[in-house]
Amino acid sequence: MQRYSGFGLVKHALRHHEDWQRQWRNPTPKPRYDVIIVGGGGHGLATAYYLAKEHGITNVAVVEKGWLGGGNTARNTTIVRSNYLWDESAALYEHAMKLWEGLSQDINYNVMFSQRGVLNLGHTLQDMRDIQRRVNANRLNGIDGEVLDAEGVQSLVPIMDCSKRARYPVMGASWQPRAGVARHDAVAWGYARAADALGVDLLQNTEVTGFKIRDGQIQGVHTNRGDIEAKTVGCVTAGNSSVLARMAGFNLPLESHPLQALVSEPLKPVLDTVVMSNHVHGYISQSDKGDLVIGAGIDGYNGYGQRGSYPTVEHTLQAIVEMFPIFSRVRMNRQWGGIVDTCPDACPIISKTKVKGLYFNCGWGTGGFKATPGSGHVFAASLAKGEMHPIAAPFSIDRFHSGALIDEHGAAGVAH
Amino acid sequence: MFHIYCPYCEELREEEEFHPKGQAHIARPEEPDACNDEEWGDYLFFRDNPRGIHHEMWLHAVGCRKFFNITRNTVSYEILETYKMGEQPTITAEHLAREEKTAREEKTDSAQVAEGGQQTVGASDAAVASIKGAQA
Repeated sequence: MQRYSGFGLVKHALRHHEDWQRQWRNPTPKPRYDVIIVGGGGHGLATAYYLAKEHGITNVAVVEKGWLGGGNTARNTTIVRSNYLWDESAALYEHAMKLWEGLSQDINYNVMFSQRGVLNLGHTLQDMRDIQRRVNANRLNGIDGEVLDAEGVQSLVPIMDCSKRARYPVMGASWQPRAGVARHDAVAWGYARAADALGVDLLQNTEVTGFKIRDGQIQGVHTNRGDIEAKTVGCVTAGNSSVLARMAGFNLPLESHPLQALVSEPLKPVLDTVVMSNHVHGYISQSDKGDLVIGAGIDGYNGYGQRGSYPTVEHTLQAIVEMFPIFSRVRMNRQWGGIVDTCPDACPIISKTKVKGLYFNCGWGTGGFKATPGSGHVFAASLAKGEMHPIAAPFSIDRFHSGALIDEHGAAGVAH
Repeated sequence: MFHIYCPYCEELREEEEFHPKGQAHIARPEEPDACNDEEWGDYLFFRDNPRGIHHEMWLHAVGCRKFFNITRNTVSYEILETYKMGEQPTITAEHLAREEKTAREEKTDSAQVAEGGQQTVGASDAAVASIKGAQA
């Protein structure tokens, strides 16, 4: 792998950028691998990378029906934070946060991780009580967090309407300074390049059409490019997880919904942090390019169409303009939908299944992007050892039968 | 934006009047106390979540406030029919698969049928559209 560096950039500039190496190969599927990862998004590619790097398992294929990072990795609003309420999820998201902090160096790819802080606004007394409880829980778990009052919020975000005249006046917020945003595509590409360099085969345009299962043990997958064998298969397929689970003969406690987002025309720097409001129901940040990146809630109906309804877009922008009247005349540039696999307790499923050797990592719903490194890291460890990683263990699918749910609807809020 | 035919109001209304309420035809166990953890968990949490034909409950929230059912394609988002609570769908995934299969067989069996304009896709679309409450 040609390493990227400032020096390299100068060298390539002098050669008119004509001999950059391809970032990854485009291999032909081998008949057999040690591990197959289904789904070439951020989580799948991270899993493959950590399998190769941390566990020395390099005979790995990532099977992707489209192109790498073309699903929800390309469609999210790039927010990264770890201020979740319960110990189980706090451990998982904080694990990811710690990996984010060294990720660009680790994979030699600038993922533009910018710790510009995230505000979760409170607009009612109950909001503020919940925020205090969550921030206290975070601090007990070693996660940074502060409770701000309205003045504190106003001094961080001068352009926001924090006055008493607002329809839902801002009463305060939780503030996680280590949170922020990252360049979503770079995360997928960086992991892909690093995994490829370690020998992982990235198989694009390869759609899984079925599983080969004998005596309750996974034997491999059927694809549109022929059968591929492996004794360990990890599915990391977000919105399409239920479809794959059905192929393997079981159901998941998931519903797939469209989640829409939109970006505005590029503006001069005006917002240097991330603002989220559960109550008014929207979230916003400004990308390095200058576009406002905006999102809100899911479309309520099940859908696989990667698009949603206009009323949802309208509600989203109403919330943004309510908080930021200054943006009322900003024009929106693009709008899209991704298919999120929502779980009843707003927490992911990282689990073994009824089929031996078949693992699922899904149910991230509206907030999977922030967990990409952590999800890949613990899932890789689980696949390598055949035993769930301690951080992943509470997220077993069994919790929907045992009742040990991890209810993160509060911290997940508008979306996580 | 969906235009949804409420089978109680017997009118087409805009999506914003309605709330989707998830998968339809999930029967509550007759004796919840007799369920084991697996049966009860399955009932509460596990869903079909199909890519394709989906039967789902909707609430006419700012209209008659009644629940009813919709059969909808979760990929094209096309609403195939709406029907009242307690009724069964006339369009199902099996029904459409069967129809498509017959049509395909007809097409391959006799080329002259296809030439006569009885194309498969059109035929099933017409059948779908003729059902009460259907719309694109």
